[in-house]
Amino acid sequence: MEYLTDIINAFVLLTNFVLLPALSYGSQLALGALAVTLVYSILRFSNFAQGDSMAFGTMIAILFTWFFQQQGWVISGIPTALFVIPFAIIVTASYILLTDKFVYKYYRKTNAKPITIVMASIGVMFITGGIVRLIIGPKQHFFSDGARFIFNAREFKVFTGLSEGLAFKTSHLLTVTIAVLLVWFVFYFLQKTKTGKAMRAFSDNKDLALLSGIDPDKVVRVTWILAASLTTIAGVLFGIDKGFMAQQYHLLLLPIFASVIVGGIGSPLGAIAGAFVVSFSEVLLTYAYKKFLIYLLPQSLEPNSLVQLIGTEYKYAISFVILVIVLLLRPTGIFKGKVL
Amino acid sequence: MAYLEGNNLVAAYGVVPILHGCSVEVNKGELAVIVGPNGAGKSTVMKVLLGLLESSEGSVLLDGQDIGSLSTQQRITLGLAFVPQNNNTFPSMTVEENLEMGAFLRDDSLKHTMDEVYSLFPILFEKRRQMAGELSGGQRQQVAFGRAMMTRPSVMLLDEPTAGVSPIIMDEIFGNIIDLKSSGKAVLMVEQNAQQALNIADKGFVLVSGRNEHTGSGQELINDPAVRKQFLGG
Repeated sequence: MEYLTDIINAFVLLTNFVLLPALSYGSQLALGALAVTLVYSILRFSNFAQGDSMAFGTMIAILFTWFFQQQGWVISGIPTALFVIPFAIIVTASYILLTDKFVYKYYRKTNAKPITIVMASIGVMFITGGIVRLIIGPKQHFFSDGARFIFNAREFKVFTGLSEGLAFKTSHLLTVTIAVLLVWFVFYFLQKTKTGKAMRAFSDNKDLALLSGIDPDKVVRVTWILAASLTTIAGVLFGIDKGFMAQQYHLLLLPIFASVIVGGIGSPLGAIAGAFVVSFSEVLLTYAYKKFLIYLLPQSLEPNSLVQLIGTEYKYAISFVILVIVLLLRPTGIFKGKVL
Repeated sequence: MAYLEGNNLVAAYGVVPILHGCSVEVNKGELAVIVGPNGAGKSTVMKVLLGLLESSEGSVLLDGQDIGSLSTQQRITLGLAFVPQNNNTFPSMTVEENLEMGAFLRDDSLKHTMDEVYSLFPILFEKRRQMAGELSGGQRQQVAFGRAMMTRPSVMLLDEPTAGVSPIIMDEIFGNIIDLKSSGKAVLMVEQNAQQALNIADKGFVLVSGRNEHTGSGQELINDPAVRKQFLGG
C-alpha cells in the first residue's frame, strides 16, 4: 500500500514538473510554429523574424495591460493581458504588414530567391528586436495578474492526502485551451472557407491560382494577419507563463524552427506535433529525476546526484540536436514535409 | 468573323521576337489546332490571346469585341478559359476543391456547373474527395479541364493537353476534347502530336517561326503533301 502511494506520488511529481509545463510550453511553440509554417507555405520563405515578432506582439500587449491596469479596467481572476490581445493583434498585424510593404513586397515582385527573402527577414528580425528593446527595454517584465492557480500544491495535498503537491496554474489551463481553439480555427479556416481554400490553392500552385482569379495581394495580406495573430497570442501566452524578456523571445526562434522541421516543413499538423516533440524533449532532458527515483526505487538504490540529464542552461542545445538528428535520419520530418 | 480571333499578332519575350504577324481563329462548337515545330511560337499565341503576354501589333477579338487591352482576369470573366500544359491542377487539394477554385470569381451556386463537369467526366465524381495529386495522368487532365470549365467559358484554350502521356491516355484525352467541343464550346489547342490532333480538328494552323505557314481544315492539312513532308513525317 505504501509502495502504491509512492508510485502515485512519483507520477504526481512528474505531472507537476514535466507534463503540465511541457504541455503548455509545447502549445506556445505550436502556435509560433504554425505561424512560421503558414508564412513558409504561402510566402515561400522561412521567417527568421518570428521570435522577435512574438516579442513585439507581447510588448504591445504589455503596454495595453499597463494602461488597462492604470485605468482600473481589470476583472479579478483573469489576466488583463488576455483582454488586450485583440488590440495587440491589430497593432502587431499593422506592423508586420508594414514590414511586408517596405521589405518583402519588393522581393516578391522581383521574384527573388527564397534565400534572399530569408536574409531580408533576418534584417527585419534585428530591426524588430531593436524596436522592442528601445520601447520596453531589455529587462524582464512580469505582467500576469489575476489568479495564479486553479488549485495550488497545498490545496492538492490537503485534498488528496498525498505528500506531493500538484499545482495547476491558470496560465497552463489558458494556454492549452486557447491553443486548441486557435488551432481548430486555423484548420477550419484553411479547409472550409473560400479565403482559406484560396490560400491553400496559392500555396499549391501559384500560377494556376492567378489564372483562377485568386487575388495574390489578398492572399498575402490574410496570411500575414493570420500569422500575426498566432504570433501575438503565442507570445502573450509564453509571457504570462514565464515572464517577458526580449532576448528570451529572440531565442525562441530555435525551438520554433526545430518544431517546424521535426514535424515536416510546410505541414501545419507537423508543426504542432513537432512543437510537442521539442517541448517534451526539452523538459524531460533538463528535469532532475532524483526525487522521482527516490519514490520508485528501493532505498538501497537511491541516487545521490540530481539525475539531471542536461543542465537547464543547455536547453537551447536540445533543439539543435533534435534538428540535426531529424535532418540526418528523416529529412522530411514526421509528416512528410518538404526537404530543405 | 470567327468567335475568337487573333489577327496578325506580333509579340516578343523581352527583345527576342517570337510572333511575326500570325493569325488564329476558332468558332463555337469547333476544334482548332495549332501545330508546328518547337520554337514556332505555338504557346506564345495562347499567352497573347489570354493576355499573359502583350502583343505589340495585331488584335484579339472575342465575339467581335476587342479584348486586347484587358487583363487576363477580365478575359477569363468574359469567357476565356485556359488549361496550362504543366502543373494544371492543385495537387494537394481534392478534386472538388479544384473545381471550386476554378470558379473562384463566381458568387452564385456552383452545383449546376459541377454536375455538368461530373456528367462529362464521371470518374471525377467518384474521386471527388481524393487529392488531385493522387490521380492518374489522364484523370488529372480531366480535373484540369473541369477546373477550367467552372467559369462556364465559351472558349477553352488547351496547351499541349497530351504532353508526356501514354498513347492510351492520349486517345482518352482526345475523346474528352471532342466532348468539350460537342458541348458547344470553342476549343483551341496547341498540340505536339500533329497527326492525331489534325485528324480530329475542324481547323488547323501550321506555324513556323511565328508565321502562318499553312491554314486549312484538319483533313486538308493532313492531305497537303507539303505539310505531310515537313511535319507529319512523310
